[in-house]
Amino acid sequence: MTRERVIDALAEVYDPELDEPITRLGFVTSCEVSTHGDVDVVLRLPTPQCAPNFAFLMAADAREVVRRLPEVRDVTIKLEDHYTGEEINAAVARGDGFTGAFPGETVDDDLGALRELFLRKALVARESRLCEALLNHGATPEEVAARRLEDLPEDLPDAQRCIELRRRLGLPVHPAAPAFVLPSGEPVPAAELKRWLRTARLVRMSLEVNGGMCRSLMQIRHGVAIEDPEEVLR
Amino acid sequence: MYEKNGEQYFVVDAHQHFWDASPANWVKGQEQYAKGWIECFHAYMGLGPPETHWPLEKFMKYSEEDYVKDVFEDGHIDAAILQSTYLKEWYTEGFNTAERNARMVEKFPDKLRVNGRFDPREGEAGLKQLEEDAKRYNLKGVKVYTAEWYKGSRGWKLSDSQAQMFLDKCKELGIKNVHAHKGPTIWPLDKDAFDVKDIDIAATSNPELNFIVEHVGLPRIEDFCFMATQEPNVYAGLAVVIGGLMHARPRFFNKVMGELLFWVGEDKMLFGSDYGIWEPQWQVEGFIDWTMPDTEEYSDYPHPTTETKKKIMGLNAAKLYDIEVPAELQLKNGGTPAAKEDAQLVESA
Repeated sequence: MTRERVIDALAEVYDPELDEPITRLGFVTSCEVSTHGDVDVVLRLPTPQCAPNFAFLMAADAREVVRRLPEVRDVTIKLEDHYTGEEINAAVARGDGFTGAFPGETVDDDLGALRELFLRKALVARESRLCEALLNHGATPEEVAARRLEDLPEDLPDAQRCIELRRRLGLPVHPAAPAFVLPSGEPVPAAELKRWLRTARLVRMSLEVNGGMCRSLMQIRHGVAIEDPEEVLR
Repeated sequence: MYEKNGEQYFVVDAHQHFWDASPANWVKGQEQYAKGWIECFHAYMGLGPPETHWPLEKFMKYSEEDYVKDVFEDGHIDAAILQSTYLKEWYTEGFNTAERNARMVEKFPDKLRVNGRFDPREGEAGLKQLEEDAKRYNLKGVKVYTAEWYKGSRGWKLSDSQAQMFLDKCKELGIKNVHAHKGPTIWPLDKDAFDVKDIDIAATSNPELNFIVEHVGLPRIEDFCFMATQEPNVYAGLAVVIGGLMHARPRFFNKVMGELLFWVGEDKMLFGSDYGIWEPQWQVEGFIDWTMPDTEEYSDYPHPTTETKKKIMGLNAAKLYDIEVPAELQLKNGGTPAAKEDAQLVESA
């Protein structure tokens, strides 16, 4: 097992609020792999007060993706410099859910609703980037609304990313399914496309601004310069 | 008053602090939290221009002299609202109590107002305290932290029936402005402390109160915008938007302001420096100089006018707090109402 493979696996872990991999945000402080296949990952977040629910999701997801790798023996995930780091680290090490980290303070063990809410926001954000790209290439709103998944240009990274998220959310992913869907899975009607885009763009901006704020704070607190999200996401 | 290019601006800073987070004020056994909190605030100061950064020691406890210089002498501030934040679990005398703020108000009664606070979980005792505070400090507003810890409880909602009792008490006492901190917070656990649904409900049930959402609900600005566009008595508090983005992330600043102008509108946005996190001077000067770039990327956003800036910088807040604005600093011809039809075209998501 090599360090590179572990890092690749960690790139599948997303910050749910930002819809970006933790590896790109500088949240992985260190990653060590012993000759016996023991993996030690240290994580950090922009502030010690970052919400514990999201912090927990990222730490637990990190453990999960590393454990799935072949030849990995023991996995230790350590969230450092966080108010609830000790509680989260202990629960993640035991393989517990969120209630294991904060017994008596929460009844939400898998944080499923929270996770889904943010996956849906992420889908809206990804769709809005895709929609803008198509409009910028000269497509009319009617043409964009009529697009099916199979019509999406392969050179737009958000096209594949939308399909992946739709699969996770249980939304239709067959080639003839509409490319732009409302949270219900219904297609966005052509007459509504501009309006829909206006709201979708706000969701996207929110995610991106939060990412920008996190990057700035990472730079100030930890001295790590991370590439700009707007450049990355374009 | 700030003057630029022949235009005069009456500046009201609707969100300031005068805190004491020095080690002498840390609660024994809670030092790591008290220290962590102020260090985190200090990191936010780093989002402003480098020449405005302070060393941590000064940041923990700035003096009255610092305040007067930064706010009145250099900061162009005509009037300001000092917000109260208690955090007594970590700070022995409180982080920034109404009492501490009131000492400053006594020195500048014409310029400053203090806002009180309440926490519905304190029940009868809390109601009584609010009544006393309202009389003592002549309160016109309160600031509430719905995510604050209290005896094992990890937060509350403005839509709780217990909270409604306090809102009723506010009306009775002549408190008409409720600032809600919906922003970066401490301990939301599985509850989403940024959730603004409770504001939606409280604003509808209490049309005689104004609800100012501080930090515009960041990091959930989209939820805030969709809600505020429907509620005539919900306002956007720009603390953190200007301080946190205008210098550090100017493109994002353009977009956030563009979305706020579109969804919330220039009549319902209030400047707040969040001093001592950021000094007001660079924020006031920078905001008056700021323009929405004339490029395709921003073409869908409303472009701010001088009138827009006069409203946001002070006239809107002056209205909420009955602060007298000299005739020459008011809008000519009473101003034109902001265009609202755009946002109304768009149904909420």
